[in-house]
Amino acid sequence: MSATPAAAAAKADPTTFYVQDEHHPENGTLLGFWIYLMSDCLIFAVLFACYGVLGRNYAAGPTGADLFDLSIVAVNTTMLLFSSITYGFAMLAMEKNGKGQTLFWLAVTGLFGLAFVCIELWEFSHLIHEGATPQRSAFLSSFFALVGTHGLHVSFGIIWLVTLMAQVGRRGLIPENRRRLLCLSMFWHFLDVVWIGVFTFVYLMGVLR
Amino acid sequence: MSADAHAAAHETHGAGHGHDLEHSHAGHGSMGGYLLGFFLSAILTAIPFWLVMGDVFRDPRTAAITVLVFAAMQIVVHMIFFLHMNTKSEGGWTMLAAIFTIVLVVITLSGSFWVMFHLNANMMPAHVPMEGMGGPGGMNEMTNGVSGPHGAH
Repeated sequence: MSATPAAAAAKADPTTFYVQDEHHPENGTLLGFWIYLMSDCLIFAVLFACYGVLGRNYAAGPTGADLFDLSIVAVNTTMLLFSSITYGFAMLAMEKNGKGQTLFWLAVTGLFGLAFVCIELWEFSHLIHEGATPQRSAFLSSFFALVGTHGLHVSFGIIWLVTLMAQVGRRGLIPENRRRLLCLSMFWHFLDVVWIGVFTFVYLMGVLR
Repeated sequence: MSADAHAAAHETHGAGHGHDLEHSHAGHGSMGGYLLGFFLSAILTAIPFWLVMGDVFRDPRTAAITVLVFAAMQIVVHMIFFLHMNTKSEGGWTMLAAIFTIVLVVITLSGSFWVMFHLNANMMPAHVPMEGMGGPGGMNEMTNGVSGPHGAH
């Protein structure tokens, strides 16, 4: 007898349906990809710890203050920051179902990413040309391991981006492609977050020492 | 109030078109949100570069701490405006995973630095502690005399 009014009240309350919907997400891909990113974060944490421990062991070789050119790093940081905002524009275009616009902003993002990787490779070749190879000192080994791993992530992100552009071009903004674009969005912004740590901890603090 | 509005919005979207994928998690932000995030992170990048390149601080330790604080602020800005982190998406599981990861990262970093930068103090036999610890007995004096110089190398 007493249960009937309660049930009626629950039926009348629209928030009940919302709460139930929250408990059963239809798609776990985005959460799963987020957990992958968190595990990737741990890889970078270990590489940061490695650099933090070994970063002053120059073995009588060049130091960070001798090697790093901060203006190049500033340009590189700008490239990555621009690629982040243009990927955001691609997501906004995707929400509005603008296929051409999405492809355009994805292409711009890819070009900024490519510029980032090219500048970094140029910097690496410059360092190696000066004799600052990974074999030179523990500082340089950990430097190349950390910055190289980040650059490798960005390179694979670009490959993924080009693949998705081909997919969207052929099949349009179908739900599967939207899901993939959202995953890549998280990956891309996550790499930008890691780069904040790199330019602060490696480059800026490396020059300060 | 806001829960009702959210539920209503959810219902209309669900009725509007079939695929629920884009509504199964919190939104991807707006143009204003992206631009504000970009503006903030551009400032938070420019200031530390200016601090270091312009040699603003005489004391490198002060500069390092300031630069790290700016980096932490920028990471928070990126997480809110670009990664769209909040306590609601995926029923709070993204936030929980992120907090767990941050705890692990802090333990990894602080633990590594704490252990590795105190290795010398803990491992190197020095004169003063050895004499302090050494009780009466010929053996201790022998080891003091012999291992002291060797330990220093």
